[in-house]
Amino acid sequence: MNLILSIAWTHVTHRARQTLVAIAGVMMGVGFSIMMAAMMEGSQDDFIKTLVDALPHISVTDELREPTRQPAEIVYQAAEFHGLTPEARRPGIKNPMAIIASLQSWVPGALTPSVQSKAVLRFAGRNLTLSIVGIDPRTEVGVSNLATHMRQGTLVSLYRASNAILLGDRLATKIGARVNSNVTLTSAQGAVMTARVVGMFHSGFRVTDETTGYVLLKTAQILEMQTGIVNEIRVRARDPMNARLISERIGEQTGYKSISWQEAQEDLLSTITLRNVLMYTIVGAILLVASFGTYNIISTITHEKIRDIAILKSLGFRNQAIRSIFIIEAGLVGLAGALLGWLLGYLLTWGVASLEFKTPFSDYNHLPVLYTMKHYLLATAVALASSLIAGYFPAHAAARLHPVDIIRGAT
Amino acid sequence: MTPLIEARNVTKILAGTVPVTLVKDINLAIMPREFVAITGPSGSGKSSLLYLLGLLDLPTIGDVLIDGRSTNVMLEDERAEVRLSRIGFVFQFHFLLPEFSITENVALPMRALGGLSARAAASRAEELLSSFGLSDHLRKTPDQLSGGQRQRVAVARALANDPPVILADEPTGSLDTLATSQVFDILRDLVTRGGKTVVAVTHDLNLAARMHRRIHVVDGRIASDEATALAANAQ
Repeated sequence: MNLILSIAWTHVTHRARQTLVAIAGVMMGVGFSIMMAAMMEGSQDDFIKTLVDALPHISVTDELREPTRQPAEIVYQAAEFHGLTPEARRPGIKNPMAIIASLQSWVPGALTPSVQSKAVLRFAGRNLTLSIVGIDPRTEVGVSNLATHMRQGTLVSLYRASNAILLGDRLATKIGARVNSNVTLTSAQGAVMTARVVGMFHSGFRVTDETTGYVLLKTAQILEMQTGIVNEIRVRARDPMNARLISERIGEQTGYKSISWQEAQEDLLSTITLRNVLMYTIVGAILLVASFGTYNIISTITHEKIRDIAILKSLGFRNQAIRSIFIIEAGLVGLAGALLGWLLGYLLTWGVASLEFKTPFSDYNHLPVLYTMKHYLLATAVALASSLIAGYFPAHAAARLHPVDIIRGAT
Repeated sequence: MTPLIEARNVTKILAGTVPVTLVKDINLAIMPREFVAITGPSGSGKSSLLYLLGLLDLPTIGDVLIDGRSTNVMLEDERAEVRLSRIGFVFQFHFLLPEFSITENVALPMRALGGLSARAAASRAEELLSSFGLSDHLRKTPDQLSGGQRQRVAVARALANDPPVILADEPTGSLDTLATSQVFDILRDLVTRGGKTVVAVTHDLNLAARMHRRIHVVDGRIASDEATALAANAQ
């Protein structure tokens, strides 16, 4: 073994209790940092995944980016308008199928037309407001996870009856409806129809499962009292992270308002960024506290070994060698603490992930965690760096000691 | 002949609220194969002079030359290198590293100087220790030895890199009569048989009388510097 390393090793191993305390400090720091990071990033990833799965990656609606120009504006240079009557009905997307066909040529992913509507559902004397989504079951599969969320029936079941509807299981339980029950839907436009429940889905989100119903496109168009209307094109990008760029391009091409999931959830995403800042601050603080432990132990060792330092210097050891001894000691403490911290971090993460709890908002009853080498390496790097910095100062002071002062004091 | 160590107008003043002069205007030359005693009352500056001669301390004024080379202009690392290769130290207390075996203690300077593998250094350390009658204790740590044995280990460590000069600061100061005699004999043999130069600070005038040259220091100055009767008789 190298001489300097062997002296450092002897120092730390002959002070087992102090060394173990310092190692435990670093181990706790690294372990809890790994657990915190796993928990925070796990919940963040899970949240984003849920968000991405639950919503279309891109939603193109029938709102125009700029209002349509009036004919008079086109003919005359200046025109003033009075008494324009706003359009009562939703305009819908013009030539939706042509737009979809055009977008399909370059958008990496799947597209489907849909109709968003509102209706009051009446069943067994109860009235509930419902978000109605008109879908095309053949293309819906490519855009949402609805098919996998079905508990009873399938998307194709919508073709079983002339006015068929898929209800969320919580809503069905709430009103006591079952498959083949007939419910009455009354739209905001005044259309009234009887629809048969042909299936039930369970998305895991209480709001969706209690307030959403899926019907065929044409059923939703009847409720809207507009034949052929499509007021939303939903897009699922192959890479959800590209949604913002694709959305911008769709908006430019079609002139319709196109919103990516990132844009729709901007507030939430900025909250996540803030949360990350908080997380890394806390993790940094934990490791900083651990580094004080290392500083303490290296200071104590240098203090206790002051006579040895004088001996080594009187023998002819260079300052750099003395400094290296104590920095290596700090490194050894940091490394041992980090490696044990890996084990602790893994066990803590595993423990946290296996805890069960109930939340009223979703079905998940375990904390989502993320196991990634990145957290382990990051915590180790920070722990090692802070240990080495913590060790440097006492090591530097040790190297500057004047051997004669110590020898005089000892004799 | 070039002196091994030469002090030219060396003065050492300890800075402080009240500056203290440890040694003043010292001029001396230590020649090869000399056996020199530095004597003087307590606080006279004997040890301070030894530390200056051994480059453990820097003079405030003047210069110390090793093998004719000025050490004033040397960097700290260069002085450390000279200490490691040209000078061996023995202190009043053994000053061995307590966690290491005596073999490892003796091998330390050899490994620090480089040139020898850990195994070769340990082998040479064992040879040295055996020559001082410590072959039965090679794996022991210093706290398992008597005072005299520890001091013999310290002498062995001082000889690890085969330096031409051994500087000893009260090497027998903490030893009983028998151990004192043993250590003194070793030091004398280093000069007479090993061709080394030994400069030892001592309070013991009887020991000093058995050396070749006695430098008497009073109040930081050399009061006398003369050959002992033993040296005169030998001539």
